[in-house]
Amino acid sequence: MKTVIIQYNAGNIQSVLYALERIGCTADVTDNPEQIIQADKVIFPGVGEASTAMSYLKNRNLDQVIVNLKQPVLGICLGMQLMCRHSEENNTECLGIFNEKVSKFTPVEGVNKIPQVGWNTIENLKTPIFNGIKESAFCYYVHSYYASIGNDTIATTQYGIRYSAALHRNNFYGVQFHPEKSAETGEQILKNFIAL
Amino acid sequence: MLTKRIIPCLDIKDGRTVKGINFEQIRDAGDPVELATIYAKEGADELVFLDITATNEKRKTLSELVNKIAHHINIPFTVGGGINSVEDVQVLLKNGADKISVNTAAFKKPDLINELALAFGSQCVVLAIDTKQEVDGNWYVYLNGGKVKTNTLCFDWAREAVDRGAGEILLTSMNNDGTKKGFALDITKQLSVSLPVPIIASGGAGNKEDFAAVFQEAQADAALAASIFHFKELSVPELKKYLSEQQIPVRL
Repeated sequence: MKTVIIQYNAGNIQSVLYALERIGCTADVTDNPEQIIQADKVIFPGVGEASTAMSYLKNRNLDQVIVNLKQPVLGICLGMQLMCRHSEENNTECLGIFNEKVSKFTPVEGVNKIPQVGWNTIENLKTPIFNGIKESAFCYYVHSYYASIGNDTIATTQYGIRYSAALHRNNFYGVQFHPEKSAETGEQILKNFIAL
Repeated sequence: MLTKRIIPCLDIKDGRTVKGINFEQIRDAGDPVELATIYAKEGADELVFLDITATNEKRKTLSELVNKIAHHINIPFTVGGGINSVEDVQVLLKNGADKISVNTAAFKKPDLINELALAFGSQCVVLAIDTKQEVDGNWYVYLNGGKVKTNTLCFDWAREAVDRGAGEILLTSMNNDGTKKGFALDITKQLSVSLPVPIIASGGAGNKEDFAAVFQEAQADAALAASIFHFKELSVPELKKYLSEQQIPVRL
């Protein structure tokens, strides 16, 4: 059983690695296409800006590597957003794995802080990645952009509007929150992914 | 629904947790990793580690400690104290810190905030402000752990820092800190309603009602406290249960 975390110019890779260690899973951090293709599970993390991250992936041909992966893939935060069709963040064409598009939060009555920082609940949970997770469990979020709700949505969260907390299509999963920082709930979600 | 955050703060000296009252009678309070793990298990939403030695010789001790913390705790944490440069931050983030806080160095060289936001994103840049209300009624920025007064108004500096890319403000009222008479509601509210980033209120927590007031009246996004938790005057679960009863959204 080989798990890899895709190394690219985005933060929080250490946190993901340590969280996997805590659930008894070792992982390699790599940007080597062969190693990524041969892994049993692939985690695509990310904190940062969409257009910079996409150029980095394209320059290394990692965009093509990712979309052609056949094993379970988990995108986290920016990783999930890059797996969508398009991001409003610097008008970036993304990987197009999920059909949803990514927009910026707009301030509404009662919700005037952007980014959303902190713990929010996840609802309408679908797929085995949420096995053992109760409706309205708390997850930790830090983000200014969100994915719309569509056919790929497998969990939702409310922050001003309701948006996709998680997405799924074929072997691809994405979560907007940070499972690696979401206490026991996050650890269970990571365990579920590793067990897919 | 996004919840209000409860953030215990641990003061670190030479890699150990220290407890003190108004920075007097500082004594060793044990292993920060152990204490942090307990707080995380009890339901703390985040943790802040403030290195109060923060000399260059000790920086290695701090990054090793940060690495150990990152391995053990499963909630986000911020590290602050003596951070001066992009390189300082790089080391802490590489060792697993989620956010860093800057204070005096950012005031003296405001471009530092722009540089940090550009290099690592606003989400990991917390601007800490120590502020004091003077007899003229205005809140001024203080530096060097509250030892040096400036003529800059707290609100002006906070707004400038947000414009430069600070992602959160950690606001400590020196008038309230250590008094246990409650948070500074007016300045906290002024920042919280005017600025588009989360405000973490700090200084003065004496009982659970103080937390309710800072969330309901001052509209703080998070509240930080140290001694009330360290001296076990109030536990995180007890506090959250009370806040929930007051219809304040918290993670239970």
